[in-house]
Parts: sequence; C-alpha cells; structure tokens
Amino acid sequence: MRVNDTDLHELAAAYALDALDDDDRAAFERHLAACEQCAHEVASFRETAASLAYAVDAPAPPAELRGRILDAARADRPNVVPLPRRWTLPALGGVAAVAAVAALALGVWSVSLSSQLDDERSAREATERALAFAADPDAARTELTGAEGSLVVGEGRSAALVVCRLAEAPGGKTYEAWVIQGGRPQPAGVFDGGAGCRAVPLERPVPAGATVAVTIEDGRVAQPTGEPVITAEPA
Amino acid sequence: MTTLRLPHLAGVGTVLRSDAVRRGRTKSLGHLTDEELLDLLARSDERALAELYDRFGGVAYGLALRILRDETLAQDAVQDAFLAVWRSAATFLPERARPSTWILTLVHRRAVDLVRREERRRGEPLDDSLHAAAAATDDEASVRFHRRLVQEALRRLPPDQREALELGYYGGLTQSQIAERLGEPLGTIKSRTFAGLARLRELLREAGVEEPVAG
Repeated sequence: MRVNDTDLHELAAAYALDALDDDDRAAFERHLAACEQCAHEVASFRETAASLAYAVDAPAPPAELRGRILDAARADRPNVVPLPRRWTLPALGGVAAVAAVAALALGVWSVSLSSQLDDERSAREATERALAFAADPDAARTELTGAEGSLVVGEGRSAALVVCRLAEAPGGKTYEAWVIQGGRPQPAGVFDGGAGCRAVPLERPVPAGATVAVTIEDGRVAQPTGEPVITAEPA
Repeated sequence: MTTLRLPHLAGVGTVLRSDAVRRGRTKSLGHLTDEELLDLLARSDERALAELYDRFGGVAYGLALRILRDETLAQDAVQDAFLAVWRSAATFLPERARPSTWILTLVHRRAVDLVRREERRRGEPLDDSLHAAAAATDDEASVRFHRRLVQEALRRLPPDQREALELGYYGGLTQSQIAERLGEPLGTIKSRTFAGLARLRELLREAGVEEPVAG
C-alpha cells in the first residue's frame, strides 16, 4: 500500500499511542527518520498520550512492588562487568562515553566484531551504534528464539542482536547472522559466543517482514549451510 | 472558559515531592527534579530509582492495570518498565521528553506488548471485569487533581474521537482492530485518532495541564 505524506503525518497520533499496525508503524518510522517536523509532532503527542495515564481510576499498586523493583535493579547490577581496557572512559569522546555508560547500564561487556570490521576504529563505531540501539527505549525489541537476548531494530530499520550467555560455537566455528527476506538469506555479520551479553551490530537493515536468523558456519560464508540456531521475527 | 492553571507534570512532581518528604519516604532526594534523578540513576543510584517510583509508580500501575486487566501482568509491566529506566537512564535525552513522559511511555509500550502477546496466546481478549471494579485509592491530592482535569478534557471530546483514543491507548488495539470492532473504514479511524489526540492536546493546554515540550 502506498501512502502519501499527509497520511503519514496523520499517523503521528496513533504512533504516539502505540496503536499503529505493524506495516504502518514501519512506514511511519522510515518517514520519521527524515522528518524533523514529525519528530516534534510525535514528542508533543507523547506528552498528550502520557496525560491519558493520569485519567485512569485504579487501585494503588501492591506495597511489595516497590521492593521487588528495587531488588530486581540491585540484582541487575552485578551483571555489569567493567569494559575492556581499550574502552575505558577517559579515552573516549562524548558520544562514545555515553555509549560506554549505556553499555555498563546494560551489562553489555563485550561486543563481537565482524570480520569486515578489522580496524579498531570502525569496530568501535559499530560497537557504539549497536549499543546506542540496544539502549534506545524507542527501538523495537523482539525476543530471540534459541538464545537469550533480543533483536533491537532502531531508526531506519538498522538493527543489532543483543545475545547473552551464548555458548561458543563448536569446533572453532563461528556464528553468522542472516537477514532473510522473501526466502533469500543475506549475510549480516559473524560473531562469537561467550559469557555475559554482547551487542552485535548487523551489517544490513532489517526490513519489515524480514526474519533474522543465526547459523553456525566455518568462518564467514555467503550462503548459510546449516539450520538456524537462533531466530527472531521483528514486528 | 475558566482556565485552571495547573503546573504541568513537573509541578505535580513538586507537590508529590513535598508529600513524599512529609511521609519520610525518600527524604534525601525529595528536593531533586525528575531530570536530576535520572542523572543519578545513570550513575546507578538506587535511591533515585526509589524516588522516581514513588513519584510515578502509582500512575504507572494504574495505567498498566487498565490495559492488562490482570494484577500480576500489570506488576510485571511496571517492573519491566522501571528496570528499563534503570538500565537506560544514561540515554535519556531531556530535550526530547519529560522524564515522566518517558517513563509512562515505557510503561505503556510494555503493557501493550504484554496484552497483545497474552491475547494472542489465549486467542481471546483479557477479562474486562477488573476494570469495572477498579476504584481510585490513596493517590496524592495533586494526582487526583490532574486526573480530574484530564478526565474532564476527555469528556469534552466528541464521543467518537474519545472512543478511538480509549480503544487505542487503554485497549491496546491497533487502528485496524479498532476499525474492525467499530465496523468503520480504517481511514476514518486514523483521521478520528489524529483529530482526537490533537483536540485533547488543545483542551489540556487550555486547562493549563500541558505546556509545549521544552527545547
């Protein structure tokens, strides 16, 4: 379905209410990435939508919920492991520092590097991008099937896999991510397993309706040879 | 019309804070703004999380319960959202939203995700009986006041616009689900939702509830 800009503009309201159907949301988000006016409209509508939360007559939350949340936050923190030395804060500029703090907050301690990203600088940029996605509350998240973690899809359908406690691939092999659309898998980067969580930037966007899958391969290959061990079907 | 000057959420927060101090809940942080609390949170200060929960947890739970109509799921949604706040406070951009809006947006999104997942799983809508029985209790006076203003603004919307907003925001329904339920064309529902939210924004501004986003 083809929608014009007026129609898209109108979708800002339903978007702010989290009430768009998946196809419209994807179309609107693509438009939003390039439309500053829409971004302002969404921000303003979100304020209005949040006011609706105040209109609800409801019982108070159970008293123990407060303690449960604080306990969960406390339990969340021990997962945080210091960043590897080369990512220590003083060495980084502003954006990188924010990403590093986000990484700490997320408990993300390590980021795998795709074979194409062999110089440290571009690897670090990819890392930062992936972490920014992983931490962006506006990004869409889909739980992974086959592993702990999620697929995070941000602006312009750029995406990262956040994978936790994934066993090392057997026999010196590696994990390779694929973006599959219309039954056609396209390579999206290789990565390793390991303790903790890692954010893996995907090398290509994940269009609406596409599936992300991970196979175990002998190094980077152009076509998957095995069955998917991890899948995610983003909205 | 008589304009009721109610300070926006930040102002409500001020009143809440003084209430919190009187109750001796989180004395040490009661004087901080919501933004300052998020700064502390980004540095893993648990007291900041407790203080933000004291300010917005009640509204958050009410919203989640309205959407999910299940106390356990509502608690899960609130907990997930506050943990998201805890984990990603460092990424919060004050020029994009108020902290309260950000938090309630996270709560809303999580609750809508859960209600859609749960209804897919059960193959039917969640039980609606709890909603009818719900009654407000134990809120701060400022929250009750704010609630009255927003409810009043909602009442002044054309009924079909109000219905579209409520089915979307509280019902967790998508535009096409609303169209199907009401037997109306999808385009009509989209226009109605836009007109309704724009009109509500106007009414809230007139009532002094909502100011333009800072920055």
